[in-house]
Amino acid sequence: MVILTMDKTFILDGKTIPFEEGETIMEAASAAGVYIPHLCHHPEFKPHGSCKLCTVSIGGRLGASCTNKAAAGMVVESETEALNADRRALTQMLFVEGNHICPSCEKSGNCQLQAVAYHLDMLTPHFTHFYPARDIDASHPDVLLERNRCILCELCVRASRDVDGKNVFGIGGRGIKSRLIVNSASGRLADTNLSVTDRAVEVCPTGAILRKRHGFTVPIGRRLYDHHDIAEVPVAGMKEPRSS
Amino acid sequence: MTEPKKLRVATCSLAGCFGCHMSLLDIDEKLFDLLKVVEFDRSPITDIKTCGPCDIGIVEGGVCNAENVHVLKEFRKNCKVLVAMGACAITGGIPALRNNVDLWDCFQEVYHYGIGLENGQIPNDPELPLPFDKVHPINEVVRIDYFLPGCPPSADAIWQFLTDLAAGREPKLDYEMLHYD
Amino acid sequence: MTEHNVCDLPGIVARWNNDPANMVQILRDVQESCGTIPSDTLDQLAKLLGVPRVRIEATASFYHFFHAESHGAYEILFSDNIIDHMAGKEELKRYLCERLWLEPRKLSEDGLVYVDDTADIGLADQAPSMLVNGYAVPALDHSRLDLIAELIRNRKPLADWPPMLFEIPDNIRQAGPLTGEAFTPGAALLATIARGTDATLAELEAANLRGRGGAGFKTATKWASCRKAEGEAQEHAGPSQVLPGPLGGEPSVARFSGGAHYVVCNADEGEPGTFKDRVLLNSHADLVFEGMTVCARVIGAKQGLVYLRGEYRNLLEKLKSVLARRREKGLLGKSILGEQGFDFDIEIHLGAGAYICGEESALIESLEGKPGKPRNRPPFPDRCGYRNQPTVVNNVETFACAARIAERGSAVFTALGTPQSTGSKLISVSGDCQRPGIYEVPFGVTVRQILIECGAEDAHAVQVSGPSGTCISFREFDRIIAFEDLPTAGAFMVFSRERDMFEVARNFTHFFAHESCGFCTPCRVGTSLLRNTMDKLAAGKGSAYDMNEMKNIMHILLDMAHCGLGHTAANPVVQTMEKFPDAYEKRLMKLDFEPAFDLDGALSTARLITGRDDEWAHLAND
Ligand SMILES: Cc1cc2nc3c(=O)[nH]c(=O)nc-3n(C[C@H](O)[C@H](O)[C@H](O)COP(=O)(O)O)c2cc1C
Ligand code: SF4
Ligand code: SF4
Ligand code: SF4
Ligand code: FES
Repeated sequence: MVILTMDKTFILDGKTIPFEEGETIMEAASAAGVYIPHLCHHPEFKPHGSCKLCTVSIGGRLGASCTNKAAAGMVVESETEALNADRRALTQMLFVEGNHICPSCEKSGNCQLQAVAYHLDMLTPHFTHFYPARDIDASHPDVLLERNRCILCELCVRASRDVDGKNVFGIGGRGIKSRLIVNSASGRLADTNLSVTDRAVEVCPTGAILRKRHGFTVPIGRRLYDHHDIAEVPVAGMKEPRSS
Repeated sequence: MTEPKKLRVATCSLAGCFGCHMSLLDIDEKLFDLLKVVEFDRSPITDIKTCGPCDIGIVEGGVCNAENVHVLKEFRKNCKVLVAMGACAITGGIPALRNNVDLWDCFQEVYHYGIGLENGQIPNDPELPLPFDKVHPINEVVRIDYFLPGCPPSADAIWQFLTDLAAGREPKLDYEMLHYD
Repeated sequence: MTEHNVCDLPGIVARWNNDPANMVQILRDVQESCGTIPSDTLDQLAKLLGVPRVRIEATASFYHFFHAESHGAYEILFSDNIIDHMAGKEELKRYLCERLWLEPRKLSEDGLVYVDDTADIGLADQAPSMLVNGYAVPALDHSRLDLIAELIRNRKPLADWPPMLFEIPDNIRQAGPLTGEAFTPGAALLATIARGTDATLAELEAANLRGRGGAGFKTATKWASCRKAEGEAQEHAGPSQVLPGPLGGEPSVARFSGGAHYVVCNADEGEPGTFKDRVLLNSHADLVFEGMTVCARVIGAKQGLVYLRGEYRNLLEKLKSVLARRREKGLLGKSILGEQGFDFDIEIHLGAGAYICGEESALIESLEGKPGKPRNRPPFPDRCGYRNQPTVVNNVETFACAARIAERGSAVFTALGTPQSTGSKLISVSGDCQRPGIYEVPFGVTVRQILIECGAEDAHAVQVSGPSGTCISFREFDRIIAFEDLPTAGAFMVFSRERDMFEVARNFTHFFAHESCGFCTPCRVGTSLLRNTMDKLAAGKGSAYDMNEMKNIMHILLDMAHCGLGHTAANPVVQTMEKFPDAYEKRLMKLDFEPAFDLDGALSTARLITGRDDEWAHLAND
């Protein structure tokens, strides 16, 4: 058993969490097996800080736990009613901003957006739907791009740039008109050098990037989040909880 | 001891597939238990055509045409508590897949180019409900008190929800009962 | 027919040192010379600069002034602040469109003209105003529009238009130490060199100079911390050590053209109703550049950048000539004023229509050729700014104040103002008053005093510091302009009794929705929800439910937004709701609930298709 010195710990919802120098609150929390809701964070990629679901109170000031570094003696609150209400509202915003029709989505049951919504007890998207007109790109032989379900988390952007070394994806436009763009003059996925084995394809938390011919292969009841709250399902690549 | 007054419940299906109602019937033998505490007003189950004063109204399906609005408003007027049941009522659901298609193209497809159609014509019969540009969830038309998601919600979820409501508890779904598909 | 030339892409790229970090400037030059940024240009740029097309497209599609489709030979953008509306903008826009036989947002049939709106262009004292091919034309009225329509119909190149159309007076109504007193270029630098950098910093500290861009951060603290921060360290570190742009974003381009520290002047002035930086740059640019040079001396920077909002394109040549003159006089360049090792120069970058680029970290992203999305902070720019080097970012007016303090010492400076808010402040007055323009006032003046000075007898409300600032009602006119009460970047929009404060707030919600960068969920979606709800109320279809919803959205924005834009985006609605409840109540249809969309309107397409107009083909909106 490692003896933890006070100067390398902080308090999260009353629990003492050890951290290593340079770790974010999110990293330290997940290493300690504590779940903080998140969508744009992924342990293998650089922090992004855009979805804001992981917002916590750090000594009374609100900030994203995926971008704020842990510091000794910090008092962090995450599981408060107020923060979870805000997180639910953000999730609802993500639903109404796109077109999420879960019953017809291949990702349903394995989708992190949906699972986070379950975790937060979201019963309705609540806000007025935007019903934006977004295109589907089926041009690629092996990969389908369903922009209606994109939540602009930029995980595919980061994965393609930092792991695949390809820069297939980017975010174009601004504000509510922001949209996923791809690296080709035609704007078609088929004209990029994306390959189905790219990390960018796998990392999408929603049903926006899908491998073709793999839809609905896992029966209902055996999907990732059918029986388990996302808080209990480790994301691939997440560090094993640090044993104390 | 007098019997407690039964809760009066009305249900309807707007732009939905009746799947939620099938799931309601799926409660099976527990329906009898349910009927000890509730009685049905307007509903596809009773075939009563207009909604009288009710304690609870349960609406399946979203709003895709003018008639849906009339029914929904009738429910809102008569029901103390209004429940949106199922994905279509809550998000527009499968019918909302047409929201990305221009209404003119929808009409063309159905009345002009549909398979087996010759000299098709777009009907202008006032009997036919006029469709909206887009399909909307019902909470965008009237105030909704409770949402019961699922496509359809499972019989267990409906049972849990209704018994909670009948008992005057805030309905709460267990993890496995909460799903959007 | 058009004024636009064939685009010399390699020339433009070479002019910007073949450096992809200058992408916004490269795209600006392409847009200006070709009138559009065609899709194949992006491919050519990708090849020339060796960066993926998708990144260039991300930048090109972010900025309002860039577009792939042609806007003809004359692109006309009407300033869309509420002040412009009050001055008759909508009617004048319709008038011009009729004269030119066109519809807004649609290229005219002959492919000659395009008319649209744009966010406030910094001419609220001369509203309504517009940009023609990026050049500002103030004080529009029917006769000026007649002339413009005539010039366009005759296809007169912009260069041949009467210069009086583009004349922009400063309108300085009340002068002070910055705007009214002579300045000898070099005076502040001589004093700085004589005093030494430590003492100059101490002087700044004693003057208690606080940032004029709105937030009021202490300038001495910022400079001292930047000076202490290690520059160039990251250049030598391995690539994994190179900090990403916005933490996790696209990596900054690591190429160094000068020293390791940078001085950046924030001349984005995007806050609607603010125009004081325009005046400082137009008539007192030496003071501003000298403040930057003093800063360079203190922090040890070799390179300075001015981020000038695209709307101030008309100032570019003038500013460049001031820079050239300063170089000739030895006030810029190598060995400034003969001091060995005091090397510093200033380059001007133009923005391209994005309010968010006034936020300092978004500004730096833009300077690095990327979409203007605020970075994750910390680290702040003083430690990790432009090209990931220690960078001071200050407002135009802050630099001007710094120059004065360096020149005259802190005592002269603190003679004006209050202990917490020292010195003078430039206020940009516009709206319902007789004398709109610049008022350089000592900090601590009451709102009422300014109202009297500008001749606003009938004032009912004032929007202090623009949409992101504070709306105050006639009951609060004794409040003071100071960091301790009403902090301000300078906007002061006056509204008389006749004005509808709901419409003021609605205009501001449109502004925020248009300018949200889209990076974070709460602001990207929340600002549009707010705008839509305000439009719903304006259509007479609002309810108490909607009012409550807007308050909830405000909480989410306050708690969760990534930057100041999102944090303040709901302020105008919430504050006017509180201070002018009547403006809202008279619009509420029913007190409970109203459908989210226009029921009858949503049937109109189907009515058209079916040709029906019977009773059942309509829905009463209650
Ligand atoms: C949305 C937003 C827009 C801003 N726009 C400007 C601006 O146009 N000009 C400016 O000087 N500061 C602006 N700021 C403030 C800058 O981020 C920064 O605080 C300022 O440039 C620092 O300079 P100062 O200390 O001299 O005021 C803006 C901030 C936000 C959040
Ligand atoms: S991406 Fe997720 S939330 Fe969206 S429709 Fe698919 S399953 Fe539902
Ligand atoms: S496609 Fe997927 S991974 Fe990429 S930004 Fe959209 S939701 Fe995120
Ligand atoms: S608050 Fe708005 S402007 Fe600021 S980062 Fe978020 S989306 Fe961009
Ligand atoms: S997970 Fe931290 S902001 Fe998205």
